[in-house]
Amino acid sequence: MRRLLRIALLLPLLALGFPVQAQVPFGQASGVKEGLEIGTSTSEIAITSDFRGADLTIFGALTNADELFLAIGQYDVVVTLEGPKDYATVRKKERVFGIWMNTEGLTFEQVPESYSLASTRMIDSIDEAPSLNNIGVGIDHLALNPVGYIPDSGMIGEFRDAYRRLKLTNGLYQRDTSGVRFVSSSLFRASLKLPANIPDGMHMVRAYLFKSGQLINQREMPLRVVKTGIEQAITDAAHDRPLAYGFLCVLIAIITGWGASIVFRKD
Amino acid sequence: MTVYLPIAELSVNIFIILGMGAAVGFLSGMFGVGGGFLITPLLIFYNIPPVVAVATGANQVVASSISGAITHFRRGTLDMKLGSVLLVGGLAGATAGVWVFSWLRRIGQLDLFISLLYVVLLSSIGALMLQESIRAMRRAKNNNPLPVKRPGQHNWVHRLPLKMRFKKSKIYLSAIPVVGLGFGIGVLTSIMGVGGGFIMVPAMIYLLRIPTNVVVGTSLFQIIFVTAYTTMVQAATNYSVDIVLATILMVAGVIGAQYGVRVGQKLRGEQLRALLALLVLAVGIRLAIGLIVTPNDVYSVAVGGMSY
Repeated sequence: MRRLLRIALLLPLLALGFPVQAQVPFGQASGVKEGLEIGTSTSEIAITSDFRGADLTIFGALTNADELFLAIGQYDVVVTLEGPKDYATVRKKERVFGIWMNTEGLTFEQVPESYSLASTRMIDSIDEAPSLNNIGVGIDHLALNPVGYIPDSGMIGEFRDAYRRLKLTNGLYQRDTSGVRFVSSSLFRASLKLPANIPDGMHMVRAYLFKSGQLINQREMPLRVVKTGIEQAITDAAHDRPLAYGFLCVLIAIITGWGASIVFRKD
Repeated sequence: MTVYLPIAELSVNIFIILGMGAAVGFLSGMFGVGGGFLITPLLIFYNIPPVVAVATGANQVVASSISGAITHFRRGTLDMKLGSVLLVGGLAGATAGVWVFSWLRRIGQLDLFISLLYVVLLSSIGALMLQESIRAMRRAKNNNPLPVKRPGQHNWVHRLPLKMRFKKSKIYLSAIPVVGLGFGIGVLTSIMGVGGGFIMVPAMIYLLRIPTNVVVGTSLFQIIFVTAYTTMVQAATNYSVDIVLATILMVAGVIGAQYGVRVGQKLRGEQLRALLALLVLAVGIRLAIGLIVTPNDVYSVAVGGMSY
């Protein structure tokens, strides 16, 4: 079951005077900075436990865009959805006396649990790696800082690669390098993939506007992902009221065991 | 039909879990064991995280042991005083065990440790049981009766201080080995998710020389309280008891056990023990293979507040 979660657009752009801007002669700097607007109709997504992933559509608009630059495709848009951040520990197994065991481990500081990216084209062809690293856009450019001092930088690189590969494999990190499409000269639509195992909590939608490979504007907007249903209620109970939950588990066991001895009693 | 396990965080086929519970229940009824030492490895083979398998296994043992304990309580084949002394050790052991469990989890060695402990325990106990049952089968074939055990034999255990009188069991015994045994079983309950009857019963008979008629009832008394306590502590510290998984296993298990008991009464004791021994050995070998075979990915990632 793949549902389309369409976050409808909130379009401030009709009120904005971009046709006026189009009157500016080609190639001539307008002097007005390009604007970026994004919108969703909701700030919350509720998903049930049978959720198998979905697409999230976000609409946005460029304002004050230069017609010539638009025509020759010098504007690029990257939209990301970043999940809640937490520490992540990567461990590596090695064979010790014939047995595979975890021998090395590295903990990264506050990395997003999920990360979905949509862009107009390959982000590495939009901008240079060092500046992407600076702004932290793209799976390969997310800041992965190890906790504590690790003298072996080769090991850090190896564990970073493993982390990105594992996250891409289990679908929590996704990228779609053609996920942003211009529907008109200045209106664009971004499709972000929400994985089935998306963590709940506060996510952040971020949009970045690049002009000739330079980041010129960005917008962000919070989006809360809430899991609903009986399974989530159980998970919440297990974490919020662990003693009562444990007691309930024991109680069910007693009732089941005792019940069976009454039902199946021979006399 | 799939069902989502909220704590294990994965979807499973409900019929496989029901079948697993019923099969283990059947075997536990047939052989008179709790079944924790079979259910936990089976859950691990079915990709349930070992953390969840162990804690849920302990919960399942509560259900599978309670009807037996009630029966023994009614018949009066349960030494409350002896059981309480065992329980003191058991609760302390379970507490220590959960602490070790959380520590191993934090350093990323828990899965390995659980597997290793199972391999060592299952292969040694399986081998001992197999040896014993083959010997018994040979004796039965040659019509040699079992040598009668001479009562009143004492070993080093009986020279320890702090002696207590257990009226029901009609023995005068030091509290130290009783508490010690309870402690060891408690540790196993929290780290392996087993009741520990398969170790406790032989230890009580051969090491402590407790009369056979009260051994099973008393061990079940200790097992219920220690497994119930472990379930609570695991739920409170590791959040790893899966109530959905446990309920499916328990319901299937108690029904399977009823049929197992009936089949067990028809089979001969030695054959039954040989079968159980082979089963225990097979599970142990399967776990050992899992430790040796090259994993698909040598890297793994764990999310969580590991800010140490």
